[in-house]
Amino acid sequence: MSHDHDHHHDNELDPMAARVRALETILTEKGLVDPEAIHAIVETYETKVGPRNGAKVVAKAWVDPEFNAWLRRDATAAIASLSYTGRQGEHMQAVFNTPETHNLVVCTLCSCYPWSVLGLPPVWYKSPPYRSRAVIDPRGVLAEFDLVLPDTTSIRVWDSTAELRYLIIPLRPEGTDGWSEERLATLVTRDSMIGTGLARVPEVA
Amino acid sequence: MNGPQDLGGQMGFGPVNPEKDEPYFHAAWEKRALGLTLAAGAMGHWNIDESRHARESLHPADYYSSSYYEIWTKALEVLLKRHGFVTDAELVQGHALGKGTEPKRVLQAENVAAVLAKGGPCDRPVGQAPRFQAGNRVRTRNFNPHTHTRLPRYARGKTGMVEAVREGFVFPDTNAHGQGENPQYVYTVVFTAGEIWGEGADPTLTVSIDAWESYLEPA
Repeated sequence: MSHDHDHHHDNELDPMAARVRALETILTEKGLVDPEAIHAIVETYETKVGPRNGAKVVAKAWVDPEFNAWLRRDATAAIASLSYTGRQGEHMQAVFNTPETHNLVVCTLCSCYPWSVLGLPPVWYKSPPYRSRAVIDPRGVLAEFDLVLPDTTSIRVWDSTAELRYLIIPLRPEGTDGWSEERLATLVTRDSMIGTGLARVPEVA
Repeated sequence: MNGPQDLGGQMGFGPVNPEKDEPYFHAAWEKRALGLTLAAGAMGHWNIDESRHARESLHPADYYSSSYYEIWTKALEVLLKRHGFVTDAELVQGHALGKGTEPKRVLQAENVAAVLAKGGPCDRPVGQAPRFQAGNRVRTRNFNPHTHTRLPRYARGKTGMVEAVREGFVFPDTNAHGQGENPQYVYTVVFTAGEIWGEGADPTLTVSIDAWESYLEPA
């Protein structure tokens, strides 16, 4: 879905802005919601929970064989050991890309996404073009992310139809021997953990 | 239900158009919609399955022309009305006009971090052993309920292989309708693209779903 971002979002007459404000006013007047709680929720997902969490998980999996094995065995516990827990990350599965198989995650039925490690999902992840095509034409979808895989690479699409949340562990890029976890994490993009991208290749110095 | 949410394999929606350096929110009201949805859910009067069913029950024309936070907001109004917290008259007026249902609890700002960090685990013990094991061939059932289900249309009546036996999880098909959690084992079931899409399917593609036990029969 292509959104037009030029319209005036803060205009008081924007129908959705008015609708949400009315709802919040009613719920606040009735004592059903605390506006400060809403602020705290928003702040959490704007500043604390985001794809940097997942990037740290991936980088650790690349350098730490014990953590890597734990992640394969019990991703929820392994990820919780880094303090990434909670809503829409209660039941985690890590899926490892291999040279033979590329993995891609979608939720065709709604917008299931591992919030605890990736934060809030991008608009495209929740929108009909991605949700409809990821399971039938993943190569076409990936091309729109400028990702063209060899015809010999198998693709596995994971449709998140239950409460398991999938985190893709992309392949570690060549030329990163000896890199620290912190430096490796800078190569791990959000899209590489959904499967619509690869980890960034380090620029040649 | 065969509603607008069941998108796998549908056509005509155009390219994905990923936005570069996309912000988390595209308007201030989206932030409030997110917070309201989570805070209202925290009152504890409906579960995530009922929420999903409220969203997929929007008219298809409405669903497809709404952004996701619009879908959330419209479904939240439905849930609040259904459970007696707000009335249509209040939504029109934009103010409270009377007392509604007494909430079980109200999420306070100081509890937000703990509540979000805890989440809402859906795993539950199941009394008996799993019916299927990894490596088993299974066929998904073919059904078309008017009620909530998590078996997508594209994966009904298809033969695949159990790749993993997961834990027991709350069964959304009943939980969405106040008919209990009835936990069942969930299985990751893999299908070839040929089995799902038939002629012209990508031979290098496999697709998996996570299926509750009652969605499956031995094949």
